[in-house]
Amino acid sequence: MANQVRREVTLNIPIHPNMELVAAHTASIIAEIMDFEETHIDEIQLAIIETCINAFEHSNSRDSKVTVTYVLTDDELQLKITDHGTGFGMEKTELLSGEARAQAMQKRGWGLEIIREMMDEVDIKSSDEGTIITMLKKRDN
Amino acid sequence: MASSFNVNTRTEDGYAVIQTDGYLNGPTAEKLAETAKDLMSQGYNTFVINLERTRLVNSIGISILIEIIELLDEHGGALHFCHLTPVIERTFKMMGLTQHAEIHPDEETATTNL
Repeated sequence: MANQVRREVTLNIPIHPNMELVAAHTASIIAEIMDFEETHIDEIQLAIIETCINAFEHSNSRDSKVTVTYVLTDDELQLKITDHGTGFGMEKTELLSGEARAQAMQKRGWGLEIIREMMDEVDIKSSDEGTIITMLKKRDN
Repeated sequence: MASSFNVNTRTEDGYAVIQTDGYLNGPTAEKLAETAKDLMSQGYNTFVINLERTRLVNSIGISILIEIIELLDEHGGALHFCHLTPVIERTFKMMGLTQHAEIHPDEETATTNL
Protein backbone atom coordinates (compact mmCIF):
# COMPACT_ATOMS: atom_id res chain seq x y z
CA MET A 1 0.00 0.00 0.00
CA ALA A 2 1.35 3.41 -0.98
CA ASN A 3 2.02 5.89 1.81
CA GLN A 4 -0.62 8.60 2.09
CA VAL A 5 0.51 12.16 1.58
CA ARG A 6 -0.02 14.15 4.79
CA ARG A 7 -0.20 17.93 4.79
CA GLU A 8 -0.63 20.13 7.84
CA VAL A 9 -1.81 23.70 8.40
CA THR A 10 -1.65 25.37 11.82
CA LEU A 11 -3.50 28.49 12.81
CA ASN A 12 -3.26 30.42 16.07
CA ILE A 13 -6.34 32.53 16.65
CA PRO A 14 -6.84 35.04 19.45
CA ILE A 15 -9.90 34.69 21.66
CA HIS A 16 -11.89 37.53 20.18
CA PRO A 17 -15.43 37.82 18.75
CA ASN A 18 -15.82 36.39 15.24
CA MET A 19 -12.32 34.88 15.17
CA GLU A 20 -14.06 31.50 14.93
CA LEU A 21 -14.89 32.54 11.36
CA VAL A 22 -11.18 32.66 10.51
CA ALA A 23 -10.85 29.02 11.59
CA ALA A 24 -14.08 28.07 9.78
CA HIS A 25 -13.15 29.81 6.52
CA THR A 26 -9.71 28.20 6.58
CA ALA A 27 -11.40 24.80 7.05
CA SER A 28 -13.74 25.60 4.18
CA ILE A 29 -10.86 26.41 1.81
CA ILE A 30 -8.98 23.26 2.81
CA ALA A 31 -12.09 21.08 2.46
CA GLU A 32 -12.78 22.57 -0.99
CA ILE A 33 -9.22 21.76 -2.05
CA MET A 34 -9.87 18.20 -0.81
CA ASP A 35 -13.09 18.01 -2.90
CA PHE A 36 -15.46 17.60 0.02
CA GLU A 37 -19.15 18.03 -0.87
CA GLU A 38 -20.77 21.38 -0.05
CA THR A 39 -22.90 19.97 2.79
CA HIS A 40 -19.87 18.31 4.36
CA ILE A 41 -17.98 21.59 4.16
CA ASP A 42 -20.86 23.26 6.05
CA GLU A 43 -20.72 20.48 8.65
CA ILE A 44 -16.98 20.94 9.13
CA GLN A 45 -17.40 24.73 9.41
CA LEU A 46 -20.16 24.46 12.00
CA ALA A 47 -18.19 21.91 14.06
CA ILE A 48 -15.14 24.16 14.13
CA ILE A 49 -17.24 27.24 14.98
CA GLU A 50 -18.86 25.43 17.91
CA THR A 51 -15.50 24.14 19.14
CA CYS A 52 -13.95 27.59 18.97
CA ILE A 53 -16.82 29.40 20.70
CA ASN A 54 -16.81 26.76 23.45
CA ALA A 55 -13.12 27.50 23.99
CA PHE A 56 -13.68 31.27 23.77
CA GLU A 57 -16.50 31.18 26.34
CA HIS A 58 -15.45 28.48 28.78
CA SER A 59 -11.74 27.71 28.63
CA ASN A 60 -10.40 30.63 30.72
CA SER A 61 -7.36 30.22 28.50
CA ARG A 62 -4.12 31.46 30.04
CA ASP A 63 -2.68 32.66 26.73
CA SER A 64 -6.01 33.91 25.28
CA LYS A 65 -5.60 31.94 22.10
CA VAL A 66 -6.77 28.76 20.44
CA THR A 67 -4.59 26.67 18.15
CA VAL A 68 -6.25 24.92 15.24
CA THR A 69 -4.32 22.26 13.36
CA TYR A 70 -5.70 20.92 10.08
CA VAL A 71 -4.22 17.62 8.97
CA LEU A 72 -5.04 16.64 5.39
CA THR A 73 -4.59 13.16 4.03
CA ASP A 74 -5.90 11.66 0.79
CA ASP A 75 -9.28 10.72 2.20
CA GLU A 76 -9.86 12.55 5.47
CA LEU A 77 -9.49 15.86 7.24
CA GLN A 78 -8.46 15.89 10.89
CA LEU A 79 -8.97 19.01 12.99
CA LYS A 80 -7.26 19.48 16.34
CA ILE A 81 -8.34 22.43 18.45
CA THR A 82 -6.20 23.14 21.50
CA ASP A 83 -6.62 25.68 24.27
CA HIS A 84 -4.53 26.18 27.39
CA GLY A 85 -7.45 26.81 29.69
CA THR A 86 -8.74 25.19 32.84
CA GLY A 87 -10.52 22.28 31.15
CA PHE A 88 -14.02 21.01 31.78
CA GLY A 89 -15.66 17.93 33.29
CA MET A 90 -17.29 15.59 30.79
CA GLU A 91 -20.15 14.91 33.21
CA LYS A 92 -21.42 18.42 32.46
CA THR A 93 -21.96 17.45 28.82
CA GLU A 94 -24.16 14.43 29.46
CA LEU A 95 -26.81 15.61 31.92
CA LEU A 96 -29.75 15.20 29.57
CA SER A 97 -30.15 13.44 26.26
CA GLY A 98 -30.30 15.60 23.16
CA GLU A 99 -33.91 14.55 22.59
CA ALA A 100 -34.95 15.60 26.11
CA ARG A 101 -33.18 18.93 25.70
CA ALA A 102 -34.78 19.51 22.28
CA GLN A 103 -38.19 18.71 23.78
CA ALA A 104 -37.59 21.34 26.45
CA MET A 105 -36.16 23.74 23.82
CA GLN A 106 -33.06 24.11 26.02
CA LYS A 107 -31.25 27.14 24.65
CA ARG A 108 -27.62 26.65 25.61
CA GLY A 109 -25.12 23.84 26.05
CA TRP A 110 -25.51 22.29 22.60
CA GLY A 111 -21.97 22.79 21.33
CA LEU A 112 -20.54 19.32 21.92
CA GLU A 113 -23.67 17.58 20.71
CA ILE A 114 -23.59 19.58 17.46
CA ILE A 115 -19.89 18.81 17.00
CA ARG A 116 -20.54 15.07 17.43
CA GLU A 117 -23.45 15.24 14.98
CA MET A 118 -21.43 17.03 12.30
CA MET A 119 -18.20 15.02 12.41
CA ASP A 120 -17.40 11.32 11.93
CA GLU A 121 -15.18 11.00 14.98
CA VAL A 122 -14.67 13.29 17.96
CA ASP A 123 -12.20 12.81 20.80
CA ILE A 124 -12.02 15.15 23.78
CA LYS A 125 -9.16 15.30 26.23
CA SER A 126 -9.56 17.86 28.97
CA SER A 127 -7.52 18.54 32.11
CA ASP A 128 -6.53 21.53 34.20
CA GLU A 129 -3.76 22.07 31.63
CA GLY A 130 -6.27 22.69 28.86
CA THR A 131 -8.47 20.95 26.32
CA ILE A 132 -7.70 19.20 23.04
CA ILE A 133 -10.61 18.33 20.78
CA THR A 134 -9.69 16.14 17.82
CA MET A 135 -12.29 15.69 15.07
CA LEU A 136 -12.25 13.68 11.90
CA LYS A 137 -14.23 14.00 8.69
CA LYS A 138 -13.95 11.31 6.04
CA ARG A 139 -14.28 12.47 2.45
CA ASP A 140 -16.39 9.61 1.12
CA ASN A 141 -19.39 9.81 3.43
CA MET B 1 -14.28 43.37 14.49
CA ALA B 2 -17.72 42.61 13.08
CA SER B 3 -18.57 40.20 10.31
CA SER B 4 -20.85 41.55 7.63
CA PHE B 5 -24.51 41.01 8.48
CA ASN B 6 -27.68 42.63 7.22
CA VAL B 7 -31.39 42.25 7.89
CA ASN B 8 -34.00 43.35 5.36
CA THR B 9 -37.70 43.37 6.08
CA ARG B 10 -40.83 43.50 3.97
CA THR B 11 -44.32 43.77 5.41
CA GLU B 12 -47.38 42.30 3.76
CA ASP B 13 -51.02 42.04 4.78
CA GLY B 14 -50.84 40.18 8.12
CA TYR B 15 -47.23 39.05 8.05
CA ALA B 16 -43.64 40.21 7.66
CA VAL B 17 -40.73 38.69 5.79
CA ILE B 18 -37.30 39.07 7.36
CA GLN B 19 -34.33 38.29 5.13
CA THR B 20 -30.93 37.78 6.72
CA ASP B 21 -27.61 38.12 4.94
CA GLY B 22 -24.52 36.75 6.69
CA TYR B 23 -23.35 34.70 9.68
CA LEU B 24 -25.98 34.32 12.40
CA ASN B 25 -24.29 34.29 15.81
CA GLY B 26 -25.12 35.91 19.16
CA PRO B 27 -24.79 39.59 18.22
CA THR B 28 -26.32 39.27 14.74
CA ALA B 29 -29.22 37.14 16.02
CA GLU B 30 -29.82 39.87 18.63
CA LYS B 31 -30.08 42.31 15.73
CA LEU B 32 -32.63 40.01 14.13
CA ALA B 33 -34.54 39.77 17.44
CA GLU B 34 -34.64 43.58 17.69
CA THR B 35 -36.07 43.72 14.17
CA ALA B 36 -38.73 41.16 15.13
CA LYS B 37 -39.63 43.11 18.30
CA ASP B 38 -39.89 46.31 16.28
CA LEU B 39 -42.27 44.61 13.84
CA MET B 40 -44.29 43.21 16.76
CA SER B 41 -44.68 46.73 18.14
CA GLN B 42 -46.18 47.63 14.75
CA GLY B 43 -48.73 44.83 15.14
CA TYR B 44 -47.08 42.01 13.19
CA ASN B 45 -46.81 38.63 14.90
CA THR B 46 -46.44 36.24 11.98
CA PHE B 47 -42.98 36.16 10.44
CA VAL B 48 -41.19 34.37 7.65
CA ILE B 49 -37.43 34.35 8.16
CA ASN B 50 -35.68 33.79 4.85
CA LEU B 51 -32.18 32.39 5.37
CA GLU B 52 -31.27 32.15 1.67
CA ARG B 53 -28.23 34.40 2.21
CA THR B 54 -27.16 32.83 5.50
CA ARG B 55 -24.93 29.78 5.30
CA LEU B 56 -23.77 29.53 8.93
CA VAL B 57 -25.85 29.69 12.12
CA ASN B 58 -24.14 28.85 15.41
CA SER B 59 -25.83 27.46 18.54
CA ILE B 60 -25.93 30.87 20.24
CA GLY B 61 -27.71 32.33 17.22
CA ILE B 62 -30.20 29.46 17.37
CA SER B 63 -30.79 30.04 21.10
CA ILE B 64 -31.85 33.61 20.25
CA LEU B 65 -34.17 32.32 17.51
CA ILE B 66 -35.78 30.14 20.22
CA GLU B 67 -36.33 33.29 22.29
CA ILE B 68 -38.09 34.91 19.31
CA ILE B 69 -40.32 31.81 18.99
CA GLU B 70 -41.15 31.97 22.72
CA LEU B 71 -42.00 35.66 22.44
CA LEU B 72 -44.26 35.04 19.46
CA ASP B 73 -45.92 32.12 21.28
CA GLU B 74 -46.81 34.47 24.13
CA HIS B 75 -48.48 36.82 21.64
CA GLY B 76 -50.29 34.17 19.61
CA GLY B 77 -47.91 34.60 16.71
CA ALA B 78 -45.99 32.19 14.51
CA LEU B 79 -42.55 31.87 12.98
CA HIS B 80 -41.77 30.23 9.66
CA PHE B 81 -38.36 29.64 8.09
CA CYS B 82 -37.42 29.13 4.48
CA HIS B 83 -34.33 28.45 2.35
CA LEU B 84 -32.41 26.54 5.03
CA THR B 85 -29.26 24.68 4.07
CA PRO B 86 -29.39 20.97 5.00
CA VAL B 87 -26.97 21.58 7.89
CA ILE B 88 -28.97 24.52 9.30
CA GLU B 89 -32.20 22.48 9.05
CA ARG B 90 -30.57 19.54 10.83
CA THR B 91 -29.28 21.79 13.61
CA PHE B 92 -32.71 23.43 14.02
CA LYS B 93 -34.28 19.96 14.38
CA MET B 94 -31.63 18.88 16.91
CA MET B 95 -32.28 21.90 19.10
CA GLY B 96 -36.07 21.57 18.99
CA LEU B 97 -36.95 24.63 16.89
CA THR B 98 -39.11 22.65 14.53
CA GLN B 99 -41.56 21.82 17.33
CA HIS B 100 -42.68 25.45 17.34
CA ALA B 101 -41.72 26.82 13.94
CA GLU B 102 -42.38 25.55 10.44
CA ILE B 103 -39.74 25.04 7.78
CA HIS B 104 -40.50 25.61 4.09
CA PRO B 105 -38.35 25.18 1.01
CA ASP B 106 -38.89 28.74 -0.27
CA GLU B 107 -40.63 32.02 0.49
CA GLU B 108 -43.58 31.38 -1.82
CA THR B 109 -44.39 28.08 -0.12
CA ALA B 110 -43.96 29.69 3.29
CA THR B 111 -46.27 32.60 2.59
CA THR B 112 -48.99 30.43 1.07
CA ASN B 113 -48.98 28.27 4.23
CA LEU B 114 -49.40 31.06 6.79
